[in-house]
Amino acid sequence: MSEKPIVLEARGITKRFPGVLANDHVDFDLRQGEVHALLGENGAGKSTLMNILYGLYTADSGEILVNGKPLTLNSPRDAIEHGIGMVHQHFMLIPVFTVTENIMLGAETDHRPHKSEAPLVKLDRKQVSQIVRDFSHQYGLDVDPDAIVGDLPVGVQQRVEIVKALYRKANILILDEPTAVLTPQEAEELFRIIRELTTRGVSVIFISHKLKEVLSIADRITVMRAGRVVGATTPAESDEHQLAAMMVGREVILSVEKEPAQPKEDVLVVENLRVRDVRDLEAVRGVSFTVRAGEILGIAGVQGNGQTELAEALTGLRRIESGSVKLAGRDLTNCPPRLFTETGLAHIPEDRQRHGLVLGYTIADNMVLCDYYRPPFSARGVLQTQALDEHARKLIQNFDVRTPSPYVAAGKLSGGNQQKVIVARELSRPSVRLVIANQPTRGLDVGSIEYIHKEIVLMRDQGVAVLLISAELDEIMSLSDRIAVMYHGQIVTTVEAHAVTREQLGLWMAGAKPEQTATSV
Amino acid sequence: MDWRRFSFIGFIIVFLFTVVVLIGGSRVSPTIIISSMLTTTIAVATPLTLGALSGVFCERAGVVNIGIEGMMLAAAFFGWLTAIYMNTVFKFDPNLSLWTGVLAAILTGGLFALLHAWLSITFKVDQIIGGTVINILAVGITGFLNRQMFFGEGSIFGGNVPHAPGLLPSLSKWLAPLCGGPEGCLGLPGLIQGTFLDQKPVALAAIALVLVSHYVLFNTRWGLRTRAVGEHPKAADTVGINVYRIRYVNVIIGGMLAGLGGAYFTIESVPSFEPLMTNGRGFISLAAMIFGNWTPFGAWAAALVFGASQALQINLQFFRDAIPPQWAFLQHAYIVGLAPYVLTMLILTGIIGKTIPPAADGQPYEK
Repeated sequence: MSEKPIVLEARGITKRFPGVLANDHVDFDLRQGEVHALLGENGAGKSTLMNILYGLYTADSGEILVNGKPLTLNSPRDAIEHGIGMVHQHFMLIPVFTVTENIMLGAETDHRPHKSEAPLVKLDRKQVSQIVRDFSHQYGLDVDPDAIVGDLPVGVQQRVEIVKALYRKANILILDEPTAVLTPQEAEELFRIIRELTTRGVSVIFISHKLKEVLSIADRITVMRAGRVVGATTPAESDEHQLAAMMVGREVILSVEKEPAQPKEDVLVVENLRVRDVRDLEAVRGVSFTVRAGEILGIAGVQGNGQTELAEALTGLRRIESGSVKLAGRDLTNCPPRLFTETGLAHIPEDRQRHGLVLGYTIADNMVLCDYYRPPFSARGVLQTQALDEHARKLIQNFDVRTPSPYVAAGKLSGGNQQKVIVARELSRPSVRLVIANQPTRGLDVGSIEYIHKEIVLMRDQGVAVLLISAELDEIMSLSDRIAVMYHGQIVTTVEAHAVTREQLGLWMAGAKPEQTATSV
Repeated sequence: MDWRRFSFIGFIIVFLFTVVVLIGGSRVSPTIIISSMLTTTIAVATPLTLGALSGVFCERAGVVNIGIEGMMLAAAFFGWLTAIYMNTVFKFDPNLSLWTGVLAAILTGGLFALLHAWLSITFKVDQIIGGTVINILAVGITGFLNRQMFFGEGSIFGGNVPHAPGLLPSLSKWLAPLCGGPEGCLGLPGLIQGTFLDQKPVALAAIALVLVSHYVLFNTRWGLRTRAVGEHPKAADTVGINVYRIRYVNVIIGGMLAGLGGAYFTIESVPSFEPLMTNGRGFISLAAMIFGNWTPFGAWAAALVFGASQALQINLQFFRDAIPPQWAFLQHAYIVGLAPYVLTMLILTGIIGKTIPPAADGQPYEK
């Protein structure tokens, strides 16, 4: 690779936000046709650096060179002009526009924005959609130019973003956490596209905090921590452990350490459960299982196979059509959610921002969302601010929530800290009998994942029953004592976690029938 | 705008017309009634159409504008004042004075919109509050100046309301010299004569502006960027679009449209100003915009419904004693007068499906 010219270089970039040094003399370079991964935890400064390279922020000091020439990037317009394209983590697409309209926006009459632009020029949608079609063929980026973007699956929306950058003649492509929202299959497809692009001379900056994918796609890896570059390596010279240690700044235990489970009495008994989804289709189709005190039952499955509806039914959030749910010996079928929590349910919901927290409330208020009406938090219908304050401070300390004060709005925290607030609230409640953790570590960095996994195992060891629902196979395999595989609304099989391989689980998740000889429990 | 919405609107308009034809049909020929109803409908719908277009431009760019009412009121006053000044003080020709008045009304709307844009885009003040400020400001300024200038001792015009320079002429008057006489111009049948040739310039401009607005919003670069900024400003920013500039310009365009709507009241409809004379039309415009699903044609159709319900009220007055006893309640003007407001409420309950506002409507953009 070393003979290839450097197309983009950042030298000594420093950027300070109020109270934070987001980038501290960062050096970074990108060669033609390579995939250079930028690895780091949430808040390490990766996105800040990329936003500077894309002209969204201006650096306080340092310089940027494109093809060896120093230049100033004051707006994305400048970046686009110099062939830099960016696919943001949260797509910058307009859901109600067609693919064509999204691609032409800002560069309606030519491939790049112009200095002088007649505002009332007529849009030529036909011409642009033809160009989109040509790109689709050329790069194997299958996209229908006339589709409405909001109707497309996220994987396809991402392709639209890539075409949008290519349409602007980008030869440097920044991908910010591109796999965070993708299914494993979609991620594979993305990697194929990235390889196709690099063989055609496009250079790619790949931002991620997932070690496996960085090792599989990158030519070079640069690791950032706390605003600084802490190391540079290649996949051949490093492994997951080494990268994780560089990222976090200490030795990270990637595999969860736990003793064999010592299951006791049945805590959650689900019998022949049937639940419908929002479209009124049957999503859970006759599911029965038991979770015992002191064990973790993992539910594996590709997303959209009824896990969401199952979790909602087991927490009182969705109507149960037939079947029954018993928690700690009490029949709670179609009971209100409060009865579940009062019987001993701790629920870590799938979507922390929509169902786990009230983003506009303070951390202190979020910490008592389940118990605000009970003493000591409430007396004669009046909230006891003193008790709330003490409670919040205690949990913030015990669960290592990084926040300047308990009175910061939950929406201002990073994803990892938001999840810690939920975990703190749920796991600290008195007399928890069952934890339902749905995608507890989705989108979190290595440090937070390690922490949350430890807490879950700790609950198990204290004799709590745990139901873990996750689409991350690694998470299921490393945490669970038993694994149930869910496919098309049914549980295909339940096995002992130590007696099954990744490949076997993958096959079941894809719909393969378990053999008679499988170690069903 | 879907066909259900348009057919619902068509149905209501036909229904309102039928009521009048059924009642008055024994006295006057249905053609004349329909022609008169159409003329009134289009005329009355004019400020609503312009107000709704104003809302469409603002909200498509992501700025909620509940100040349309105030913008119209202020424009009505300053347009009228300008026309009088030009005529009485500077001795302009009456027609030229009126046109200067229209221009002043448009500018007034634009200036008030600039204030709204400044508050809501630059200072990120809550847009409802910004709009309310505009409404209160307009009521205060127009009421105060009206009293100071025209009434009471020592006022500029010495206590006498000066003679207004008249009203803008209708299209047929303009065309009269071309076709030799005010009657039977181009030999068109009465229906078209009444519907279009008897309309005045602002009403005709409103219809033209519906077409222009549709073209601009959906077929030009400006429109694409405007809608992008109203849906997802960050996305527009990342492709190099200046969100603030697009929002400013659209809010000002919206204000100028509302200003033209204001000119209708004092320069085209009646030659005088009265405090609070817009009487909620700005808010009904917003209802029309919502019912029209933030599209120019939809907004226009909805404005026509309100126009038709007012045409019903006006026309029924001619036929009061012809109302059959079983419909006696229609004899009370105030019951019929409720129609536009009842319609507003009905329409806003969403009986004809949900409307979808631009996703970033009302949200200030933080870089």
